[in-house]
Amino acid sequence: MSNGGAGRHSSLPGFGLTMGLTLTWLSVIILIPLAGLFLKSFELSLDQFWGILTSRRTLSALKISFGLAFAAAIVNLVMGMIIVWALVRYRFPGRRLFDAIVDILFALPTAVAGVALTSLFAQKGWLGAPLAELGIKVAFTPLGIFVAMIFIGIPFVVRTVQPVLIDLDAEIEEAAASLGANRWHTVSKVILPSLVPALLTGFALAFARAVGEYGSVIFIAGNLPNVSEIAPLLIVIRLSEFRYADATAIAVVMLVASFLIIFAVNRLQRWAQTRIPAHWRLIK
Amino acid sequence: MIEVKNIVKKFGAFAALDHVDLKVANGELVALLGPSGSGKTTLLRIIAGLDWPDAGEVSIDGENALAHGASERHVGFVFQHYALFRHMTVFENVAFGLRVQPRAVRKDEAAIRARVKELLDLVQLDWLSSRYPSQLSGGQRQRIALARALAIEPRILLLDEPFGALDAKVRKELRQWLRSLHHEINVTSIFVTHDQEEALEVANRVVVMDKGRIVQIGTPGDVYDNPATAFVHSFIGESIVLPVEVRDGCVELGGKPLNISADGVTSGASKLFVRRHDMAVGPAGSGAFEGAVRHVRTFGPIQRAEVALSAGEGTTVIEIDAPRDRELQPGDIVSLHPRRYRIFAGQD
Amino acid sequence: MNQPQILITSAREDLRTEPRIIRVVLIAMAVTFLTVFVVLPLVVVFAQAFSKGVFAYFSALSDPEALSAIKLTLMVAAISVGLNLVFGVIAAWAIAKFDFRGKTFLISLIDLPFSVSPVISGLVFVLLFGAQGFWGPWLQANDVHILFAVPGIALATIFVTFPFVARALIPLMQEQGTQEEEAAISLGASGLQTFFRVTLPNIKWGVLYGVLLCNARAMGEFGAVSVVSGHIRGETNTMPLLVEILYNEYQFVAAFAIASLLAMLALITLVAKTILERHLDEGQLPGD
Repeated sequence: MSNGGAGRHSSLPGFGLTMGLTLTWLSVIILIPLAGLFLKSFELSLDQFWGILTSRRTLSALKISFGLAFAAAIVNLVMGMIIVWALVRYRFPGRRLFDAIVDILFALPTAVAGVALTSLFAQKGWLGAPLAELGIKVAFTPLGIFVAMIFIGIPFVVRTVQPVLIDLDAEIEEAAASLGANRWHTVSKVILPSLVPALLTGFALAFARAVGEYGSVIFIAGNLPNVSEIAPLLIVIRLSEFRYADATAIAVVMLVASFLIIFAVNRLQRWAQTRIPAHWRLIK
Repeated sequence: MIEVKNIVKKFGAFAALDHVDLKVANGELVALLGPSGSGKTTLLRIIAGLDWPDAGEVSIDGENALAHGASERHVGFVFQHYALFRHMTVFENVAFGLRVQPRAVRKDEAAIRARVKELLDLVQLDWLSSRYPSQLSGGQRQRIALARALAIEPRILLLDEPFGALDAKVRKELRQWLRSLHHEINVTSIFVTHDQEEALEVANRVVVMDKGRIVQIGTPGDVYDNPATAFVHSFIGESIVLPVEVRDGCVELGGKPLNISADGVTSGASKLFVRRHDMAVGPAGSGAFEGAVRHVRTFGPIQRAEVALSAGEGTTVIEIDAPRDRELQPGDIVSLHPRRYRIFAGQD
Repeated sequence: MNQPQILITSAREDLRTEPRIIRVVLIAMAVTFLTVFVVLPLVVVFAQAFSKGVFAYFSALSDPEALSAIKLTLMVAAISVGLNLVFGVIAAWAIAKFDFRGKTFLISLIDLPFSVSPVISGLVFVLLFGAQGFWGPWLQANDVHILFAVPGIALATIFVTFPFVARALIPLMQEQGTQEEEAAISLGASGLQTFFRVTLPNIKWGVLYGVLLCNARAMGEFGAVSVVSGHIRGETNTMPLLVEILYNEYQFVAAFAIASLLAMLALITLVAKTILERHLDEGQLPGD
C-alpha cells in the first residue's frame, strides 16, 4: 500500500501509526488466514483439484448451493420489489412495524432462524401441516433449503432498493403522466428502469449471502448427500473427516465465486453512479 | 514578521504555488486577493502549517516555521466555514486552545474563564457564551471563530475567506468591524479573499495572485491606479478593454490610428485598458475615438452611456461613466479621450 | 425511515398511485410474506420455548451447560467487539481523514469478511492452527491450544465481525471532514487531544452503532464458530452452538429457550439501532 505522500505532509497527525496498525491488524486477521487457504490449495495438483470438484458429491453440493441460491435471489428480487413498493408508496396499518422488522433478518442469529424455520415447516409445524395436506413437503427437502435462502436474502433487496425509491423524484412520474403515459407505462418505463441498478445490487448481495449460508439452512435441509447437502456443509463434513484438501478445494471455488459477485456489485454501483443524476441519490 | 521564500506546492501536475515570495511586516493587515484556484488559500494553509510546501522556506519572527507542525506555530487560523466544534458551547470553543496547553503552562480555571470572557467581550458576543454553534447566525459564528483563534495569543492571525459565507449586508458590517478590531489588537494578519472590493476596503496592503504566482503587491490605491499586468487591471475594478495594435509607439484600433501614445510597449497586438470614469467625453473630432451614443442611464451623480465605437470594419460597444454636467442623448456622436490608460502587450 | 409527503393532494394521489385492487393485492403479498418469514419464526421461537411452561423455560436456562454457553458467548463477544472497536476506530481515522492511493482497495479488503461464507471463515483458522495445519504441529509440541478452545473461537468471531465498526465510521467521518480537527491542531492541541476532545464526541453515536451491530453478529455467529469450536460440552459451546446440540438431541424446550435469548438480543439490537439512527440523523445536521 503506497501512501502517496499523504502521511508526513498532512495537517493531521497519526497517519503513519494508524495506517501501520490498520494494515497489521488486517493482515493478521484477514489476509494471512485467507492467503493460507489459497496456499493450501496449491498443495494440490491440478488433477487432484479437478478430481475433487468433479466428484459426484461435491458437484451436487455446489449445484445445490449455487442453483438454489440463484432461484431464491430471483424470488427475493420480485418479492423485495413488492415489499419496498408497499412500504414506500402505500399507507396501511402496521406499515412502520413491518418496515422495522425487515432488519430483524439481519440481526437474528442464523442458528435461531434455522431452528425456527424448521419447526415452522416441519410436518407437524404451523405451516408444515397445512402444506403437507396439499402434498407439499418443505422441511428436510431441497425446498426447505430454498425457503431458508429466501429468508436470509430478502433484507438485502429491500434495504438496497428502498432508499432509491424514496428518493425518486415525484416530478418524473408527474412528467410522464402529463405526457400522456398511463400508470403501467409510467411504472414500467420510468420508475423500474431507474431502480434497475439497485435491484441488481440487491439481487447480487442476496445471491452471495445465500451461496455461503450455513446456519439457517442446515437444520431444515435434511442434509442428504447429493440431494439436499449444501457446499458449506460438505466443507464441514470433509473437515471432520480430516480431508483438508477436499475442504480447501470447495472453499476456494466458493471464495472465488463470491469475490466475482462482489466485484460485479462494485461495478454495478459505479455504473449506477454515472447513470443516475446526483440529486436522486442524495438523501439530504 | 512573516517571510515566505520561493514556495513551490504541486498537487499532481498542477502547480498550486509556483515560486512565491512574500514578506509581511509586524502589525500589517494584508489581503491575498485572487480568483479561485490562484493558490491564495494554499499559501495561507502553508503559513499555518496545515499544508506543507514541496520546496521553499517559511519563517515567522525569524524562526523556521517548517520545523514545527501547526500545533506548535502559535498561528491563529479562522476557517472559511468557521470549523467551530459543534458539540461544545461557545464558551468551550473559545476556551479550547487554553485547555489543551501543556500542564506546565496551562492557566488555572479562573484565569481561563476570565480570558474567555475578555475575548467574548472583545467580539461583543458575551451573551451567547452558553449557546451551541448551530444556534448562532453566520456573522456570530464568524466572530466566535475569531475569538477562538485569538485565545491562544497568536503571533499572527490568518483568515480564510472570512466573509465568504455571509450575506451581503452582514459582510459590509463585519468588514469595518474587522478593520477596527485589527487596529485595536494590532496582530499581524493575512486574509484571503476573491472579492476585490473587500481587499481594497479592509487591507493595508494587497497581494494579487494569479495561477500560483504573486502578480502585484501594493497598497489598495496602488493596485487600483497602477495595475502591473493586464490581469490585475481587469481583476481589480471595472475596465474597458479594447484590442489594439501597437506600431512603433503608435496605437491603432481596427487599423485606425488613435491619438494616444504607447511609449515603452513592444510592437504587436496589445490591449488598451481604461477605467470607465477615466473616459473624457468631448465634442466630435476632439479625442482619440469617435462613437455614437446608443443608450443612457443616469443614477446619482453619473450617467452611464453605451457608446458604439466605429473602428475599421466592426463596431465595438463600450460602457462609460460620465459626469452629468453635459447630458448625453441616444444618437449623439461623441468623441472619447482616455485621461488615464494602460496598454499591455500580448493577447491576454 | 423517511416519510414521503404526508399531505398529499388528491390530484397527486391519483397521479402517483395504482388502482385500489392492485394496491390491496400488493399490500397483502408484502404483509403475508413478511409475516411468514419474519413474524412467525420469531413467534415460534418463544412459543416453543414456553411450550412446557415457565418453569421448564427457566430450568433450561439455568442448566450448567446453558450457563457456561452464555458465559462463553459473552466473553467471546467482549473480546472481539473490544478489539474490533479499537482497530475499527484506528482504521477509520487513517482512511477517512487522509488521502492516499489505494483507499478504495483498502476498504474492499476490510469488507472481505462480508463476502466470505461463515464456514470458510472458520476453515481458514483450521488450516492455520489445526493438527494438519501450517502451525499445528508446532502448537501441539508446545502445548498451545488455539483450535477447539477460546482463542480459536475468538479469532473466528473477530474475522466475521471485522468490518462492522470501521464501516459504520468511515462514511460518517468522511462526511464530517477534517476542518474541526485542523482547527484543534492550529489551536495547539496534540493528536490525542484532538481525537478525544473533538473527533470522538462527533462520532460517538456512530461508534455505538458499529459496536451494536458488531456485538449482535459476534454473539449470534454460528458457522465460523462451529468449525473451530470442537463442540466440547460445557467448554467450547457458545449459545448458538448449544442451540444446535440441544435441537439435535430433541431437547426442544431447552434449544428454543437459548434461541429465545438470542432472539431477544436481536430485538433489543433492532430497537437500539432505531434509536441510534435517529441520533445519527440529528448529528449529521451540518453546523449551518
